[in-house]
Amino acid sequence: MRLILNVWRQESPEHKGAFERYEANDLDPHMSVPEMLDHLNQGLIKKGVEPIAFESDCREGICGQCGIVINGEVQSPESHCTTCQTHLRSFRDGEELYLEPFRAGAFPVKKDLIVDRSAFDRIVAAGGYIGANTGQGNEANSILITHDRAEQAMDAAACIACGACVATCKNASASLFTAAKMHHLNSLPQGEPEAQQRALKMVEQMDAEGFGACSFTGACEVVCPQSISIQHIVEMNRYWRKAL
Amino acid sequence: MLEAKIPEGRLEEKWRNYKAKCRLINPSNRRKYKVIVVGTGLAGSSVAASLCELGFQVEVFTFHDSARRAHSVAAQGGVNAAKDYVNDGDSVWRMFYDTIKGGDFRAREANVYRLAECSASLIDQAVAQGVPFAREYSGYLSNRSFGGVQVSRTFYARGQTGQQLLLGAYQALMRQSTRKSMQLHTRHEVLDLIVHEGKARGVVVRNLDTGELSSHFGQAVVLATGGYGKIYYLSTLAMNCNASAIWRAHKRGAYMAAPSWTQFHPTSLPQLGSYQSKLTLMSESLRNDGRIWVPKTPGDQRAPGDIPDAERDYYLERRYPSFGNLAPRDISSRAAKERIDAGCGVGPMRNAVYLDFRDAIQRLGLDAIRQRYGNLFDMYRKITGSDAYKEPMMIAPAAHFSMGGLWVDYELMSNVEGLFVLGEANFSDHGANRLGANSLLQACVDGYFIAPHTVMHYLAGERIDGPQEEQLQEVGERLLQQCSADLKEMLDRKGNKTPEEFHKELGAVLYGKCGLSRNRKDLLEAKEELRKLKDEFDLNLLVSGASKNINFELEKAGRVRDYLEMAPLIIQDALQREESCGAHFREEHQSEEGEAQRNDEEFQYVSVWEYKGSNEFELHREHLDFEFVKVSERSYK
Repeated sequence: MRLILNVWRQESPEHKGAFERYEANDLDPHMSVPEMLDHLNQGLIKKGVEPIAFESDCREGICGQCGIVINGEVQSPESHCTTCQTHLRSFRDGEELYLEPFRAGAFPVKKDLIVDRSAFDRIVAAGGYIGANTGQGNEANSILITHDRAEQAMDAAACIACGACVATCKNASASLFTAAKMHHLNSLPQGEPEAQQRALKMVEQMDAEGFGACSFTGACEVVCPQSISIQHIVEMNRYWRKAL
Repeated sequence: MLEAKIPEGRLEEKWRNYKAKCRLINPSNRRKYKVIVVGTGLAGSSVAASLCELGFQVEVFTFHDSARRAHSVAAQGGVNAAKDYVNDGDSVWRMFYDTIKGGDFRAREANVYRLAECSASLIDQAVAQGVPFAREYSGYLSNRSFGGVQVSRTFYARGQTGQQLLLGAYQALMRQSTRKSMQLHTRHEVLDLIVHEGKARGVVVRNLDTGELSSHFGQAVVLATGGYGKIYYLSTLAMNCNASAIWRAHKRGAYMAAPSWTQFHPTSLPQLGSYQSKLTLMSESLRNDGRIWVPKTPGDQRAPGDIPDAERDYYLERRYPSFGNLAPRDISSRAAKERIDAGCGVGPMRNAVYLDFRDAIQRLGLDAIRQRYGNLFDMYRKITGSDAYKEPMMIAPAAHFSMGGLWVDYELMSNVEGLFVLGEANFSDHGANRLGANSLLQACVDGYFIAPHTVMHYLAGERIDGPQEEQLQEVGERLLQQCSADLKEMLDRKGNKTPEEFHKELGAVLYGKCGLSRNRKDLLEAKEELRKLKDEFDLNLLVSGASKNINFELEKAGRVRDYLEMAPLIIQDALQREESCGAHFREEHQSEEGEAQRNDEEFQYVSVWEYKGSNEFELHREHLDFEFVKVSERSYK
């Protein structure tokens, strides 16, 4: 299989970036996108060209590192997939692809396809936890949580912090990420005591990081690799209003 | 010399006795001590959060861009705990015995008992943190079974248990990260361990974004850097998992125990092509309802649906009727290899076996299966493009978990004082084979429940303002200069073979000659091949780019070099152990039926290796005394 690849190259946050064109031959349709980049990089290194910097670790869709934009789409052609679960069989032989990093003011480009998503960590640090010290905890079955409620919490907790929701949003809003964590914790009895404070602090941090506002286009849930619903944003707004 | 420091008393009293008697530090004095923690997976995040909550200063390093990305995140199936919620006769003793037996009687009784003993509290604490474990309609926690046991003691959060437990630990860590007493350094990789006057006192790290090197000091160092299964190149591990921190600590004097004991997971997806960079794991929990089989006739090319039951070989059910498809991992993997080698493998490369849900779907209905394993089936579809509700999955064994690792005593401290090693990075609890859902448990128990006590006990005996502090800075500076020169040297080598190419060759040698089964002849050949590969690496390595910014090739070169140095020790360990136990199967030592044969008379010990300079290792033995269980043949028939 053969693909023409236009890849965003940018030496550092301070440098200006541009697309570079590469031809990749002898590809296998079952390769994942990172495997294709590995393959391309091996060739570049041998030619004395600096390899394309991209992040990818688990390669099974759970670590949340690998996200990039392909042909202007954050959405994987395989739908609700991370970049590492996107295979070349989704593209046509000979197709021309444009690969670029996630674009958002709060996600500065570090190099080539790598962005800085540490803003997410700071949102969690602001209140995305239950303040139970380690080594303690009541007998687990003393807190009963209905099956449906546990499932709903898990739906929200499944977020992998890849940033696809931010990258696809026209406002670069981090609402889906923030709401998923907030709703996961606030909807459980263990998280209830801190629910209001959590809502205020997480939203405050989200705004401080420079993410935009949510205008409910629903674009985020379409691209989310974990299929997290915008319903959680409704819940977040409710928590926040209540806490004001 | 190897003092395991196991407390006196009956098995069930040992940990209680230890906690009752270990030294403490007054809360207002704790802030004067600093602990360096390396790694932010379950073990690292949990110990860092715990120590910070206690009031110690903590400095944490991870090479990831966020603590949450450590590879614990990828564990799927579950975490074991002896809660006996399902009333099926489970107990701490039974869990202890299952784990000791599962490890083929090659682990310390006291450690394993403590693991089982702390398991119930871990579930309590995870629930308190908001980990959304699966629940029954009644609201009670739900359990399922894993391999090697006959009870249901596994707690799970869909197929994302590792992710959820890690997020619990990560959130606890982030909660502390806003305090002055915690410094969290993401994108920093450890290059060396600073040992001064026989004690671990700090680390040299490289900022992977800027290339800058720096030294950091404390009164103790905790390594929680995970396993080294990626040494096999194709493995279930993440791309950046590595042995570098533990290997460099080994070169600074920490002993390495049982390095050849690597678990091959039976339910990975098979290799499909040479471009493949890793193998994806499917959770062992699938074996609760899936049946494993191959065609009876070698070379049978028919589609699985066209092969009638009478012509299928459900080989685990046939060979191990009482455990069936839930036989432990080492046994299941070896049985798969035996059938694949016999020509009965399936798939395009004939290197796989079927995992079939047809009967479970008939018995329980499609909805029940979808609810239990839906996300795993989705993942299977995303990777392979095929629908496991309609046709069986194809699975194959793959390198997965390191039972071996740095040697530690009961306090999880290595022979280098002040160096603690937690989670998969140490060798301690799993013997020669780990049971499913025990790794998340061990990482959490080490970090939340054990190290906070043992590290404090150690620190209480340390001075914080001795005259050695100035010298320590000098030692750190000297090591930093060495590391810097070392990086430069690799960049200057300018050969024509990339780290990736070396890694692939290394993996092929190890898979072929020191994998699921081993023999003396192959191991001796491997030793020679590895020597040549290392020589070539020293001459012909090609690392592109520079050291002053993000350079994944330079990171990889260092990791591959450590792997190339470690591989000969793995071979030596496998050669030295003239028996078969757990994951270590020596073809010379098997019964007529092809089952592993242990040699308790000569090998009832852990092989512990001391680094003596390039390719030289001295063997020490930690004899394993079994006071409380009877060492028996490990049978799952």
